[in-house]
Order: sequence, then C-alpha cells, then structure tokens
Amino acid sequence: MSSAYDQKPDAGAPLLEIKNLEVGFQTQNGLVQAVRGASLTLRAGETLAIVGESGSGKSTTAHAVINLLPGSGQVTGGQILFEGRDLTKFTQNEMEDVRGKLIGFVPQDPMSNLNPVWSIGFQVEEAIKANGIATGKKEIKKHAIEVLKEAGLADADKRLRQFPHQFSGGMRQRVLIGMGLSSRPKLLIADEPTSALDVTVQRTILDNLEKLTREIGTALLFITHDLGLAAERAEHLVVMYKGQVVESGPSKEILQNPLHPYTQRLVAAAPSLASRRIQSSSHALGDIDYSAPTSARGVDLIKAAENRAEQQAVAPKREASIVVENLTKVYKIRGSKGDFKAVDDVSFQIERGTTTALVGESGSGKSTVAKMLLRLEDVTAGKILINGTDTAPLKGRALLDLRRKMQPVFQDPYGSLDPLRNIGNTIAEPLTTHKIGDSASRRARVLELLDQVSLPATLATRYPNELSGGQRQRVAIARALALKPDIVILDEAVSALDVLVQAQILQLLTDLQTELGLTYLFITHDLAVVRVIADNVCVMQRGKIVEKATTDEVFDHPQMEYTKELLNAIPGAGIALGV
Amino acid sequence: MSNDFTETPVAGSAASARSRGHFVAPLEETPLVAIDAVKVAEKRSNLWIDAWRDARRRPIFWISGALIFLVLLVAVFPGLFTSVAPNNDCQLSLSNGAATAGHPLGFTKQGCDVYSRIINGTSTSLTVGIIVILLTTVLGVVFGAFAGFYGGWLDSFLSRIGDIFFSIPYILAAVVIMSVLSEYRSVWTISLAIGIFAWPSTARVLRAEILSVKQSDYVMASEALGVSKLRILFRHVLPNSIAPVIAITTISLAAAIVAEATLSFLGVGLGSDIMSWGNEINQAQRDIRTHPQTLIYPSIALSVTVFAFILMGEVIREALDPKARALR
Amino acid sequence: MAGYILRRLLQAIPVFIGTTFLIYFMVFALPGDPIIALFGDKTPNPAIVAQLRAQYHLDQPFIVQYLIYMGGIFRGDFGISFSGQPVTEILARTFPVTLRLAVIALLIETIAGILVGMIAGLRKGKIFDGTTLAVSLILISLPVFVIAFVAQFVFGVQLGWARTTVGTGAPTQDLILPAFVLASISFAQIVRLTRSSVIETSGLDFVRTAYSKGLGRRRIVPVHILRNSLIPVVTYLATDFGVLLVGATVTEGIFNVPGVGNTLYQAIIRGEGPTVVSFVTVMVLIYLLVNLAVDLLYGLLDPRIRYVK
Repeated sequence: MSSAYDQKPDAGAPLLEIKNLEVGFQTQNGLVQAVRGASLTLRAGETLAIVGESGSGKSTTAHAVINLLPGSGQVTGGQILFEGRDLTKFTQNEMEDVRGKLIGFVPQDPMSNLNPVWSIGFQVEEAIKANGIATGKKEIKKHAIEVLKEAGLADADKRLRQFPHQFSGGMRQRVLIGMGLSSRPKLLIADEPTSALDVTVQRTILDNLEKLTREIGTALLFITHDLGLAAERAEHLVVMYKGQVVESGPSKEILQNPLHPYTQRLVAAAPSLASRRIQSSSHALGDIDYSAPTSARGVDLIKAAENRAEQQAVAPKREASIVVENLTKVYKIRGSKGDFKAVDDVSFQIERGTTTALVGESGSGKSTVAKMLLRLEDVTAGKILINGTDTAPLKGRALLDLRRKMQPVFQDPYGSLDPLRNIGNTIAEPLTTHKIGDSASRRARVLELLDQVSLPATLATRYPNELSGGQRQRVAIARALALKPDIVILDEAVSALDVLVQAQILQLLTDLQTELGLTYLFITHDLAVVRVIADNVCVMQRGKIVEKATTDEVFDHPQMEYTKELLNAIPGAGIALGV
Repeated sequence: MSNDFTETPVAGSAASARSRGHFVAPLEETPLVAIDAVKVAEKRSNLWIDAWRDARRRPIFWISGALIFLVLLVAVFPGLFTSVAPNNDCQLSLSNGAATAGHPLGFTKQGCDVYSRIINGTSTSLTVGIIVILLTTVLGVVFGAFAGFYGGWLDSFLSRIGDIFFSIPYILAAVVIMSVLSEYRSVWTISLAIGIFAWPSTARVLRAEILSVKQSDYVMASEALGVSKLRILFRHVLPNSIAPVIAITTISLAAAIVAEATLSFLGVGLGSDIMSWGNEINQAQRDIRTHPQTLIYPSIALSVTVFAFILMGEVIREALDPKARALR
Repeated sequence: MAGYILRRLLQAIPVFIGTTFLIYFMVFALPGDPIIALFGDKTPNPAIVAQLRAQYHLDQPFIVQYLIYMGGIFRGDFGISFSGQPVTEILARTFPVTLRLAVIALLIETIAGILVGMIAGLRKGKIFDGTTLAVSLILISLPVFVIAFVAQFVFGVQLGWARTTVGTGAPTQDLILPAFVLASISFAQIVRLTRSSVIETSGLDFVRTAYSKGLGRRRIVPVHILRNSLIPVVTYLATDFGVLLVGATVTEGIFNVPGVGNTLYQAIIRGEGPTVVSFVTVMVLIYLLVNLAVDLLYGLLDPRIRYVK
C-alpha cells in the first residue's frame, strides 16, 4: 500500500491538490456547509498559508485533508488529491498509513494536545513506533531523543521522562512539531501552531519550524488568522471567507495588490501590517480600491493612526490623569520560601486625553497593574494617584467616586457580560449602583450609550448569548462609559477578537476618545496593535518596566534588547509592502 | 487522472485554474457582509430560555412530568383514587388475600387493602422528600455559596465542616439519629435525620460552580463599579451557578424518598402507625415466598416515583448544561 | 508526591476527629437518657446499662467523655455490643466475610460497568447506547432492598439458581448473588460516568493529535481514551463507597450474610442501639480510610497530582 508513495514526485507536480472541496457539519437544523468549493494546490517543498477569520473554514479544510474532522463533519464533495490519489476515498486503515507517515500535523493549542497522563517520551516513542521509523526499545528511544533535540529541546534525554504539565507552552509546541516531523512526512499541516504562545516564543518556534521543513524538504500547509504572519512565512497565500476561497496567489502579490474586497479589508485591518506600513515612511495606500463602498473596505487602521499622530503633534502639554509611583505587588506563595514579585517598582504617568499602552508577555505583571489601579488588588508598596488623589486610603463614598471616574473593559468577550442579565440591565448597572437618575432617565441613558457604541436600541432587551464577541465588547464599553468616566482601563480588550472586528473596536475606541476626551490605559501583549492606538508605550518584562517612551520612539529607536525582540516578533518584517 | 493536473491548467478545468496563479473569486460568489453586523431577528436566548426550549422538545420530559404530576395528585388528593380506608376496613379473614373486585391489588397480612395503603402512603414519601430537599438546598446553598465566593479561611472552615458531614453516609447517620430518637419518630424527625447529613453534596457542587463563575470578567467589572460583595454574590454569581443545584436537587428528592423507605424498611424509619411504602415493604418481607404481591406493589409504587424524579433530574441537567447536552 | 501524601494525611485528621465527635454528639446531645433511648422499647439489662454508662463515662463532662471514647478507638476498642461481646471480637469474625462480598461486588461493578460504559460511549447514539442509558436509569431508580428481594425471589425461589440465604461460613458461591445485588447499585452509575467520560475524552484535542500521529483506533481507545476516562470513575468509586456500605448492610441483612453489615442490620431491626452506634462508627472509619487510600492512589493515575510540590 505505502509502496505506491515511495516514488519521488516529479518536480512541479502538485503534492496536494484540493479541488472544489465541500465540507458540511450535521446539525439539528440540517447540514451546515463549512467549506464550499475550496480549491488549492501545493507543490513538494513549498509553503502555502490559508488565511481567514474564525469560521472561514480554514481549519476545517486542513482537518479534512487528514480526515480528522471534528464531530459530525464530513466531506460532501470534491477531491483531495495527495500525490495524485484521492484521500477522500481512503478507508480508515489506509488513512492511518498516511497520517503521521506522509502527512504530519501540528495542532493549535499546545496545552491541550498532549495527553496529560503519559510522559513526553511515551508520546513521542508511540509516534515513532506507529510509523515504523525505528524498531526495538533502544532504537526507538534514541530516535525520540533525536526528535526532541531537533525540535530545540535541550537535555532531551532527561525530558523524556517528564510529563506535559512540567513543560511550558513553547516547549510543548516544540514537542508537537518534533512529533509531526518525526517520520519526515512529505507534507506538514500546521494549524495556527503558535497563536496560543507569547510573541517572542512564537518567532523562535516558527523559525525552527521553517528550518526543519526546509532541511527535510517537507511541504508546509500553514493555517493562520494573521495575514502578516502568513505572508512572512509562506510563498503562496489562500484567503478564505465564509467557507470559500476568495483570493489566492503568491504572497507578495496579494499583499501588494489585493484584488478581492475582502482581502483588501484584511490588508487594511491587520495590525501587524498596519504597524509595518506606518514604519515605512510613505503613507500612500497603494492600490486599494477606494471605489468600493466604505463598508466593504472596512476599517482603515492606518488612517486612524495618522490622525492620532497629527493630533498629538499639535496638542499642548496636558496635566497627568494617572500617576503611578514605584508600584510593587508581592504575592505570598504558600509552601514556598520566596515570595513572587508580580509588579516590581513600576512608575509611569498618563496625561489626560491620551493613551498609554502597557505591553508585555504573559506573566509580565501588566494585568496586575490594571487591577491595582482599579482597586481590585491591594498595593504592596508604592502609590497610585488619580487626578492627583492617592487612591490607597479611599473608602466608602470616596472609593465609589473614584470608581465612577475610572472604568475597565476586560479581555474575554464571553465572560465580560453576565449571561443572565439583559443588555439594558447590564449597561444600567453602573447607574443603579451609583444611584444615578430614575428608571426613565436610566433607560434613556442606556439607549444613548447603545447608540454611542453603534448598537441598535432593540438590543436592550436581548441577552449576551445572542451577540457576537465584538458586539459583547461594545456592550462592555458602553457599560464602562455609563458613568461618564475620565479614564478607561482596557485590559486586552481587543485581543480575543477577529482581525476585522478588532480593527472596528479600535476605531470605536479612538472615536470615543476624541469625542469624550477619555484617558486610556491600554494593556496588551500585541505590540502591533499599540502602534495604531497608543501615544506612549511602557514595555513590561517580569514585573518591571524596561522601556518607556512615545510610540514613535519605541518603534523607531527601541533602546532595550527586549523591546527590539518584541518588535522583531511582529510578523511581516521582511515583506516589501506595496506602499 | 492525476496526470491531468500539472502546471498548465487544462482548458475547461476551472478548479485547477483557480488553484494556481493569482486567483480572485468573483464578488457575487461570496458577497461581503458588513463587519460584525447585528442580527436582532433571531430568537431570544439565555440559559433558562434555551433550557426550556430544549426540555419541551423531549418526550421524556413530558413522560416524567406527567408521572410526577400524577404522584403529586395522589399525594394531595388520595380520596380521588380510593374510597377504601387504609386502616379501618381491614379484616384478618382476608389476610394475604388475592385481588377481588374493588380491591385490585389484594390484601396485606392484616387483611388491609394493598391498593388503598399504597395510595395513602404516597403523601408520606413525598413530604419527606420535599422537606429533605428544602433542608439540603438551604444548607447546601449557604455553605457552598459562602465557601466558594469568599474563599480563604472561611472556605477552609466551611468546606472542612462539609467534609465531616460528607464522611458519614447519610443513611447510616440517619440510622443512628433515628435509633436514639426512637420515641420521636415522625415525618419531621426522619426528614431532619436525612437532611442534616445529605447537604454536603449540594454544597460541593455549588462551591465548584461558584469558584469558576466568580473568575468571570463580569464579576470583576461589577466589583470595579463598586457593587458590594454580597450584592455581586446574589445578583450575578448565584444566579449563574445555581443551575447544577437544581438538577441535583431533583435527583436528591428521589434519593430522599429512597432513604425514607430504606429506614422504614430497616424499622428505624417512621412509626408503624404512619403509612409509608417503606413500612409496607418492611411488613411484607417475611411473606415474600408465599405472597410476593404485598411486597411487589409498594415496591413498584416506590420505584416508579423515584424513576420519575430521576428522569426529570436528567432532563433538567441536560437542558441546563450544554456540555451534558452534547453527550446525548 | 511526598508533599501531597503528607498534606492529604493532615487534611484527614480534622475530618476524623469531626466525624467521631459528630457521632458521639448525636448520641448524647439528643433528648432523653441516651442509654435508655438506645434500647428503644426493649427492657435494658441493668448490667449492660451500667457497663455502658461506664464505657461512655456519663458522669464526666461531655468533652471528657468524648476524649476517653476517642482514646478507646485509638486502642482499637469500640466498646461492647448489646449482648456484652466486645465489638472488636465481632469485627474479627465478620469483617473477612464482608470484605469478600465487597471485593466481588466491586470487581463486578467496575469491570462490567467500565466495559458497558465504554462500549456505549464509543457507540454514542446507537441502539446499544440508548438501551444502556434507559436500563441504567431504571436500575438507578430501584432501591437496593427492592433489587435484593426481586433477585432473591427470582433467582432463589423461582429459578432455584442460588440459595436465598447464605450458609454457615459464607462459602463464596453463596456470596455471588448478594454480590451481584450489591454491585447493581453502583453499576449503573459507573456505566453512565464511564460513558460520558469516554465521549468527552474522545473529543479532546490530544486524541485527535494521537490520530494525526498515525495511531490506530485499537491503540487510541485503551491508551488515550479509556486510561484518561478512568480518573473520574475512580473518584466516583471512592465517594460512592458509603453507598456500598449502606448497601452491604441491607444486602447482607436480606441474604443473611454473616458480615459486618448483617450485624448492623440485626442490631438495627432489634433496636440494639449501642451496637448500632459502634458499628456505624466502624463503617465511617472504613469509609474514611478507603477515601484516603484512593486519594493517595490517585497520584498514580494522574501525574499532574504526583508532581505537585
């Protein structure tokens, strides 16, 4: 069976050819089409990226290739030709011979893709054994160590005996990549392989993946939501939208000359590209078709960033709204001797009406700063002044007044609203809590706020379940604005959203700032977004602020090695954009 | 077949053409939709609306509901179902007698009408069940909610108390209590004896749920608004964590009915003057070889009632928990 | 791991103190003369009453009484039974029988329960699954004494396959029927739990990854799905041990198995309060020990616990 694959494909012949693929999911309401007539071609040794938002069918297409569609998913039409043979016609047994051996797979979330009850060694050896790469206990173990070393794990022989929970996310993803490549497959499918990881880790992992696939000569089918990342890593792009391929072609060409309005939207909204493009001095927008209706073009982040820069240039020096001095937070860890310093001697100030971004990777202490500002966590040492008042001693009435001036918007759109309270009540909660107005005036204010965040008034009696992630975040913003605060603390407020929705919310935040004179503390792990929204940037690493400057300075003349690393991690560095 | 698709697209093969080179789909094929458009025409949806929508579609919801309604009807209006007095019309001459007209299930050892005794014993089982779940729900919610929500030493303290009560199987505990209270055996004492030790499972379920709900951003958002802790607990946290308690309570009702029957069967339950299915079974067990009917019929009544509540508990659990729904 | 064991042992101490205190409290804080009340409507033997008063030190303050009683428990002294026999002696005679019955029942319910649950889970939505779900719900609804009587009547009286009561010395073949009855209580729960656990695990990411590595179903089902699904089942078995003890009391009573449960059963139906209290205490202690043991074993099943500092 497998001998048929031993012959080398003649150069140029497609390794994988998907033709008019249709994938559907059986639901209570009948068959729902997730992929509709998608086609793509991948040659041996080539890298191709499928780009799209959630629900675009990009992952479904990839899973269909190795016949691992979740739940009720099934291929309902089209062909998946791998070296000329239609994989959709394969039996389970035949597929087993293809998986792992000829087509490797690297999943999205490293945290959930290793079995927690078996050691790393067990899981790597299992893959090696199943694909007949080595036989005999010793040989298999030797091979497993090699696989891990290749994947970039130091002291691999010791690591074999450890369990997944003893590994960091990045290390787990290295293991998964190692396993995916262990049998030197002809094709590797990588489904958002690094989107769950910190940006700097992302980069090293992708570099390693690129190096390995090039060495082995494996073709790579790369799935991502990030257009910049896709263009940087793949020669060929396939853009998917609502289950269909809307545009495909050489990466450079698509970025420089996006022809489909959807792709144009994506190019305009991708923060990584926007931030790159701002960096290159020319601001012309290339060939984007401005004759398309505005709604089709979507949001233009670069425009927003330019306006911001212009305004900042003419704005006079303003008074400080938030002053943070030597802020420190220490957590006592039960059972261990050392305490954990989450925030270490952090100082910064934010001028009224401006945006300061607090950037850092997970565990850098940035969210703890936000919680201390909001008085949701106690301060261990240091001072927080809001409009000149020290917040630490505030109690009762005075604390309520502080809360009125400062409101948060949190990250998780699915957790930010109480699912059992309707939108109107949710937005009115600040008003009832602070006993503002009567029920009629509150109702009027709720409608006004809904309008401010561009949501229809009819939503007031609806429940969060009925809304999309972006709409929920807009409701969360409306709730934050209900008390007419001076300061809004945005804790990863757009991080969980799809690119286009993210751009839309960023636009909304910018508009609201101009309109209401708000001061933003924008907490994020994504330096790319910072460029389009922030005036000043504080970069945090392990509890400390390592760099503090205006956005332009940080991007153009980063001082610290860590900041440079973060900047380099923004995908799209090597791409000549059509600007 | 595969040879047809090499570098140069074969004429007429659209699929191949669009997979190579710079391909753009015609706009009509995938019309663009406004980003994140709001669709308000859809059906309203929150946990309770969805649960009701799910439950009412299921036949077992209506079957168990009908059974429960029937049991309730029998318990509240036994007179609707039998006119034979369960105690007064007994005749020893009819001892263990077979079914006759007007006495469809025969007679007990004392010559009483089995059917009438079953009908008249229904309210006892149900009363015990209801008192027990009221008790376990109140205790369980208080302990579980405060332990889970406030955490810290209060959690350790309350949880440890729960552990202690949980470590004594509630039927064994009730056996001890009812043995000591041998002079005070009533529906109330037996309900207390069961309920006092049955609450920790409710508390544990609620505590676990609250621990996860209180992590939600909306709780933090309310805190940042200055909403008081207690108000957050009652307005946001408790309503969002009560669903599993409702499912477990329905099943607890069934368990309490079984517990009462078991205790009565063991002879430490209700006094022999109180009519209950457990007592009937207790009385009948010695004649199981010769007259199984006196034992079988109350057992069936007991089992069917328990089945109805367990079935309803299942329906509720699945309706309220999308994860459980996926298992169906 | 050592830290985990130590912590778990430390946690067990307040629970142990609490449970014994609670039982003691129930007996002595409830209204009436506890000793007389314990005899119910029986005429107490004055000698026994005197002995009991001495045993429980009723002339001392409550806390002192409790401490003295606890001291006894630590020395393995659970007091004397109604008939004047030391409880320890009765235990030595009856415990091995109950242990045999419980082991057989546990084997039946876990092996059959996991097997049936696994098959149902792997064939979700098929006829076998539907039937299993329906039967398990019915089984859960049947109180143990009903199952015991039906089994006794059908298999003992009508079919004559087994003896309705267990003979002297409790030969193992006589224990089979009671063991099946005992096993039936938790069997249905184990089936349902295994089923849902198998379905949930099957949908997890690492299972898909295992498939993507080229592993076959024959390897993935036992190694990745079943192995992980066992963790909640074991947790359930531990917490459910109390149900097994109550079930043993009823089952042993009905089938007249000469075990610990039957001793308690007889004491209950004869209204011999002191014996009831002693044996309930013994059972609670067994329950605590089993839970402790299972928690410690848990580390073997779940490496995440093993390596917690």
